[in-house]
Amino acid sequence: MLAKRIIPCLDVKDGRVVKGVNFVNLRDAGDPVELAALYDREGADELVFLDISASVEGRATMEEVVRKTAGEIAIPFTVGGGISSVDDMKRILRAGADKIGINTAAVKQPELISAGARKFGSQCIVVAVDAKYNEAWGEWEVYTHGGRTPSGIKALDWVRQAESLGAGEILLTSMDADGTKDGFDLPLTSAVSSSVSIPVIASGGAGKEEHFYDVFTTGKADAGLAATIFHYKEISIPELKQHLSGKGVDIR
Amino acid sequence: MAIAIVDYGMGNLHSVSKAVERLGDEPLVTGKREEILAADGIILPGVGAFGDAMEQLRATSLDKVMKEAAELGKPLLGICLGMQLLFSKSEEHGHHEGLSILPGQVVRFESGAYKVPHMGWNSLTFTKPEHPLFAGLQEGHVYFVHSYHVLPDQSSDLLAVTDYGRPVTAIVGRGNVHGMQFHPEKSGELGMSLLRNFLALTR
Repeated sequence: MLAKRIIPCLDVKDGRVVKGVNFVNLRDAGDPVELAALYDREGADELVFLDISASVEGRATMEEVVRKTAGEIAIPFTVGGGISSVDDMKRILRAGADKIGINTAAVKQPELISAGARKFGSQCIVVAVDAKYNEAWGEWEVYTHGGRTPSGIKALDWVRQAESLGAGEILLTSMDADGTKDGFDLPLTSAVSSSVSIPVIASGGAGKEEHFYDVFTTGKADAGLAATIFHYKEISIPELKQHLSGKGVDIR
Repeated sequence: MAIAIVDYGMGNLHSVSKAVERLGDEPLVTGKREEILAADGIILPGVGAFGDAMEQLRATSLDKVMKEAAELGKPLLGICLGMQLLFSKSEEHGHHEGLSILPGQVVRFESGAYKVPHMGWNSLTFTKPEHPLFAGLQEGHVYFVHSYHVLPDQSSDLLAVTDYGRPVTAIVGRGNVHGMQFHPEKSGELGMSLLRNFLALTR
């Protein structure tokens, strides 16, 4: 059986990690390559880099970060942020990323999912979905542009469509839970996991070790992703894994 | 110690090459017969489809070089598709002849309760724990990404398996020829240790 995965997420801008990083044992805590290598040593199962650079120069820098990271770590990693064409995908995969994440661009042109899957294989294509509960619908809605723009699309419809187009994985962020540290959005994660047969990475809301247990059991997620709680050492990955393993979750 | 990483135009060789470098050996990404045969060890990587890969190997005559290297007793490691190519045939998108360095065939996972591709961290069971590849190591998880798996004709060629609704060939070996279905260069400490043990066989 496949082990449940623990995934730290690094927000990178112009080649630097931007979300709070508080590692005392790093020479340069803002260096994404060094931080990635540390997470690898600590037992992270995978990494996600989110490139939030706005400029062309920033994106070129990201490519260099990917190339260096690929040479330094021995776990798979995904790169997302600003990827809007098959050429962008190729550039990042060539640099050494294992998977690429697409979000807004996939909503705007869903054929990008099928084009990428055909060219590089479904295992390389992660569709990132930002979802927020819509009271009027009694359902979750997909948001684009970093959560700023409601798309009018139902999240459960969208993940099913993404799967049928060839997505290999869904990276699901609950905008309602994100930043609360009150736990992952279990109803949303469970609903999405039940709607597709590809793996689902749950993101947003993790604050305690138990939250990961909940999202792997009640939420039926295949992986749990978080950023600041790992960066600030509020949760240590080795302890988290020990905790989960003690409760019978299959962990590497 | 030079380790040839066979370049036949398929997939990204950067991660494998850097992993060899981190373990203290000198990677040489090459498609040249002389360089491959002069190396202390050979790694055959591979990402993509079996048929395309064999076509590329034949077009560059590297299929013959690989067989030659195997016969010369060079330590050889096939990774992922590179392991599958060592076998006799594959049913991936039609029927394709492989390198036939090891007897056996490559078949698709039956669809059912288990998702295809088999992707993620799965645990190894060493079926031949005394093999030098496992020196000093304990069983653990490694990282798989594949939709087809190998059925070796001879169970004696099987060194480790993983469980994915059925026993799945994870590591094979016969004499100087080895194969790993997972990506050791993406499999954390255990993956790097397995690679280190292979490199030790080239000294």
